[in-house]
Amino acid sequence: MADRATFADQAMEHMPSLYAAALRMTRNPADAEDLVQETYLKAYRAFDTFTTGTNLKAWLYRILTNTYINRYRARMRRPDETDLDDVEDLFLYRRLGGLEEARASRSAEDELLDWFTEAEIKDAVESLPEQFRIAVLLADVEGFSYKEISEILDVPIGTVMSRLHRGRKALQKRLFEYASRHGLVSTEEHG
Amino acid sequence: MSHRHEGNCDEAIDALYAFLDGELTDAQRGDVRQHLEGCSGCLEAFDFEAELRHVVQVRCRESLPPGLRERILAALEELQREPSS
Repeated sequence: MADRATFADQAMEHMPSLYAAALRMTRNPADAEDLVQETYLKAYRAFDTFTTGTNLKAWLYRILTNTYINRYRARMRRPDETDLDDVEDLFLYRRLGGLEEARASRSAEDELLDWFTEAEIKDAVESLPEQFRIAVLLADVEGFSYKEISEILDVPIGTVMSRLHRGRKALQKRLFEYASRHGLVSTEEHG
Repeated sequence: MSHRHEGNCDEAIDALYAFLDGELTDAQRGDVRQHLEGCSGCLEAFDFEAELRHVVQVRCRESLPPGLRERILAALEELQREPSS
């Protein structure tokens, strides 16, 4: 059982990452602020149910995610997956990884940072269907394990892996559209 | 993707995300590493995916809007003052 007096000390440090996740979920700064505030108030009220020594960050994300789904009546409809059928493994790498610019560079990261603007990366994440987006945020942005994500979302680990797999494909497909718009790639197949 | 090297490229690529996610056993991880040491094609692909993830992480960071922390702390104090029901 956790002491409410220590709540602020322990929970406040997670606010920036919770806010970032909330913004990717709601896609709107005012809604994101409301969502984070509601998350903290709920967490405070329920803090005596939190087991000291367990993962506070995961617990806060569980509240954030549930609040988002309930309050914003997220359309958790099954995403249309037919348009991912043509997205194979390493979709983006096979199209961008072999480019002259990448080969000439010592660091793929510098290139990737240059290829996509901050707004494009955020837009690509926010464009993902809800279920995929939340899974990708929790894994790729926040670094939660499959088990932690399965507990946050209350779904089996296999479901987490499936959502991640499809979400990452959808993300790469979207980024490829930006790369094409920038003229980084022609529409013909590479690699 | 070169298939001339020791080990199976398809198996390595299948394990790519579990590897990056830190979800492999030590033994599985060792197998993947061993394959990557001998296969520059797969190593490049792994690097690309790892860098892409890093870029997504970096680009998705946000700074807190001014006043949010203070508003939330004030709301929590308000709650504290309420008689417990």
